[in-house]
Amino acid sequence: MKLRLKIWRQDSATAQGMFKTYTLDNLEKGMSFLEMLDVLNQQLVTKGERPVVFDHDCREGICGTCGMMINGRAHGPIGGITTCQLHLRSFNDGDELTIEPFRAKAFPVIKDLKIDRSAFDRIIASGGYISASTGSAPEANSILIPHDVAESAFDSAACIGCGACVATCKNGSAALFTSAKISHLAKLPQGRAEARARVVKMVEQMDKEGFGHCTNTEACEAECPMGVSVLNIAQMNWEYNKALLLGA
Amino acid sequence: MPTETFTEERHALTIESKTIGGDAIEGKSIRANIPSGDLADKWQNFKDHAGLVSPANRKKLRVIVVGTGLAGASLAATLGEMGYQVLSFCFQDSPRRAHSVAAQGGVNACKNYKNDGDSIYRMFYDTIKGGDFRAREANVYRLAECSRLLIDQAVAQGVPFAREYSGYLNNRSFGGVQVSRTFYARGQTGQQLLLGAYQALMRQVNAGTVKLYAQHEMLDLVTIDGKAAGIIARNLLTGEIERHAAHVVVLATGGYGKIYYLSTLAMGCNASAIWRAHKKGAFMASTSWIQFHPTSLPQLGEHQSKLTLMSESLRNDGRIWVPKKQNDSRAPNDIPENERDYYLERRYPSFGNLAPRDISSRAAKERIDAGYGVGPQKNAVYLDFSHAIKAQGKKKIAEKYGNLFDMYRKITGIDAYEEPMMISPSAHFTMGGLWVDYDLMTTIPGLFAAGEANFADHGANRLGANSLLQACVDGYFIAPYTIANYLSNKIKTELPSASHQAFNEAEANVKAQLDMFVKIRGDKTAETFHKELGRLLYDYCGLSRNRDGLKTAIKKIRDLKDEFYARLMIPEEAITLNIELEKAGRVADYFEIGELMCYDALTREESCGAHFREEYQTPDGEAMRNDDDFRFISAWEWNNGQAPILHKESLEFESVKLAERSYK
Ligand SMILES: Cc1cc2nc3c(=O)[nH]c(=O)nc-3n(C[C@H](O)[C@H](O)[C@H](O)COP(=O)(O)OP(=O)(O)OC[C@H]3O[C@@H](n4cnc5c(N)ncnc54)[C@H](O)[C@@H]3O)c2cc1C
Ligand code: SF4
Ligand code: FES
Repeated sequence: MKLRLKIWRQDSATAQGMFKTYTLDNLEKGMSFLEMLDVLNQQLVTKGERPVVFDHDCREGICGTCGMMINGRAHGPIGGITTCQLHLRSFNDGDELTIEPFRAKAFPVIKDLKIDRSAFDRIIASGGYISASTGSAPEANSILIPHDVAESAFDSAACIGCGACVATCKNGSAALFTSAKISHLAKLPQGRAEARARVVKMVEQMDKEGFGHCTNTEACEAECPMGVSVLNIAQMNWEYNKALLLGA
Repeated sequence: MPTETFTEERHALTIESKTIGGDAIEGKSIRANIPSGDLADKWQNFKDHAGLVSPANRKKLRVIVVGTGLAGASLAATLGEMGYQVLSFCFQDSPRRAHSVAAQGGVNACKNYKNDGDSIYRMFYDTIKGGDFRAREANVYRLAECSRLLIDQAVAQGVPFAREYSGYLNNRSFGGVQVSRTFYARGQTGQQLLLGAYQALMRQVNAGTVKLYAQHEMLDLVTIDGKAAGIIARNLLTGEIERHAAHVVVLATGGYGKIYYLSTLAMGCNASAIWRAHKKGAFMASTSWIQFHPTSLPQLGEHQSKLTLMSESLRNDGRIWVPKKQNDSRAPNDIPENERDYYLERRYPSFGNLAPRDISSRAAKERIDAGYGVGPQKNAVYLDFSHAIKAQGKKKIAEKYGNLFDMYRKITGIDAYEEPMMISPSAHFTMGGLWVDYDLMTTIPGLFAAGEANFADHGANRLGANSLLQACVDGYFIAPYTIANYLSNKIKTELPSASHQAFNEAEANVKAQLDMFVKIRGDKTAETFHKELGRLLYDYCGLSRNRDGLKTAIKKIRDLKDEFYARLMIPEEAITLNIELEKAGRVADYFEIGELMCYDALTREESCGAHFREEYQTPDGEAMRNDDDFRFISAWEWNNGQAPILHKESLEFESVKLAERSYK
């Protein structure tokens, strides 16, 4: 299998970037997309050229490190997966692929396809937790959580923090990411005590980081590898309005 | 607690030059500083008498925690909550991405919610037996004891564990035990536990007690007067080398299974932090005890970079088989029932498909090597759900394992509801690691090791769902006490100076090594060397080992290492974001640790747990342990690149009777 890759190359955060084209031959359909980039990098390095820098670690769709735009779509043409779970069998022999970093005002490019997503950490630090210091926990079964509530909280908690939602959104909004954490914790009885203060602090931090506003286009849900639902955004708005009315 | 006396004793270790297996040198016996009292009272005794640091003094004391997996994040958060100054390091771009995130199956705790006879003692016994009687009783008992607290802590943090319709917590069973003590959050237990710990950590970052250093790699440990004084780290974004001083350094840097290249670990997982500490004097224990996970996906192509794990929980409902005929090329569904060999059920009738990992993996290898393997490369066995689907319905199976079946389809393109999965053993978990005493302190005073980075608790084979537990328990409930105990008489000790000569030297050495790598300008990538080393280790120091093979491997590893230093290619300079340089440093350490693994396997002339020496097996192919001669932990001392020195920690069993570990 042969593919032409148009890849975004950028030497540093401040350098001007541009596309460069590479052709790879003898690829196997069963290879993963990132293994294809490995092959390219091995060739570049052997020639003494600078390899393509890209984010990745677990390579099984759970750490949320990987992520790039492939032919204009976050994590590539298949829904419900991360870039590391994409395999070449999803492409045809001879295809040309355009590969770019996730782009958003709050996610500056560091080098080539690698971006800075530390804004997500700061959103969590602002209030994305239950303040349960080690040692203070009551017996686990003293907090009853009906099956459906636990499952629904899990659906929100499944977010891997990849940033595809932000990269896909025309406003560069982090509403899906932020709301997933707000909802996860707000749905659980042990998270209610801080719910109002939490939503206010997290929304404030999200705005401070330069993410855009949510205008309900719902593109984020379509590209989220974990299927995080836009209903979380609705819950965030509800919690936020409640907090404003009742005081945080 | 007599921590200090023990410390002095450790430094009195002298070397007797007696040559043992290969040319390794026999050292002295070492002791683990285990508190007195009955097994069940030891930990409480420790806590009752341990030294404390008052809240006012804590803020003057600085602790470096390297690693933000379950062990590191939980410890850094807890120390932060207590009021210490904490510096937290990880190589990923966010602490939330540490490889604990990938654990699927669950976490054990002996809550006995199922009323099926579980207890601290039973969990302790299962773990000791699962580890083939090669773990310390006192540590394992403490692990079981603290397991209950962990579930409470995680629930309080909002970890969405599976629940019954009534709202009570649910459990399932895992390989190697007969009770249901595994708590789980779908197939993403590690992720959910880690998010709990990460959020607790970020809360402390916000509170100002923890300072975060993401995308930093520890490249050396600094010691002053034999005590840990700080680390040298490379900022991976800029390539700059930084010095960080502290009163205590904790390594919670995870496992080194990635040494095999193909493994269930993440691409960045490495042994560099513990290895460089080893070269500064910390002993490495049981280095060759590596668990091969029986249910990972097989290697399908030459460019493959990792082997994805399919959770062991699948073995609760899946049945493992190979064709009875060698080289059978029929599609699995065309092979009739009576021509299938359910070899685990055949060999281990009482545990069947739930036999422990080492046994399951070895049994698979035995069938594959004998020519019964399946799949395009004949390197796999089948894991079949057709019976379970018939009995319970597809919906029920989808509910339990839906995400795993989805993952399988994404990777292989095969629908496991219609056709059995193909699975194969893969390098997975390192029981070996830095030697630590009961306090989780290494042989360097002030240097602690937590989580998978230490060797403690799992013996020669880890039971499924026990290592998330160990990482969490080390970080939340054990190290905070033992570190306080260590610091309790150091509240007047000044923070070591980062301009001390020891920091100068360590930094200069790190820089010199990086420059040396860059200057080689050869023609081979670090990754190519890593793959070659991995293949060597799979062949000679993998699921089974023998004397000649191990000796051959030591030689081959040395040759490959020489070639590495002659032919490595790194295209960019050192002081910049340089991914090839990162890999080179890790691979350079892997050569040395690989060699030590071979020494470790060579000198242990018995089979136990995951360590299977072909010379020591029963006529029907089971492991033959030798308690008379090998009832000890091998703790290795670095010998400046010469043959390593073997110290022994004898294992005393007071509460259990050594028994043959049978799952038949
Ligand atoms: C695929 C998979 C599935 C598993 N499933 C289960 C399961 O179901 N149940 C179970 O109990 N166990 C399971 N395990 C094992 C368990 O997940 C691990 O043993 C455990 O999570 C290890 O946690 P840790 O905190 O010790 O290390 P890790 O989570 O690996 O964290 C290591 C940390 O150290 C940092 N680090 C490493 N080197 C350096 C360096 N040089 N400089 C700076 N930072 C560094 C990393 O950035 C990271 O933050 C599984 C393991 C794998 C690989
Ligand atoms: S909500 Fe989905 S797309 Fe957004 S960061 Fe989380 S997992 Fe990624
Ligand atoms: S590399 Fe971890 S999600 Fe893709």
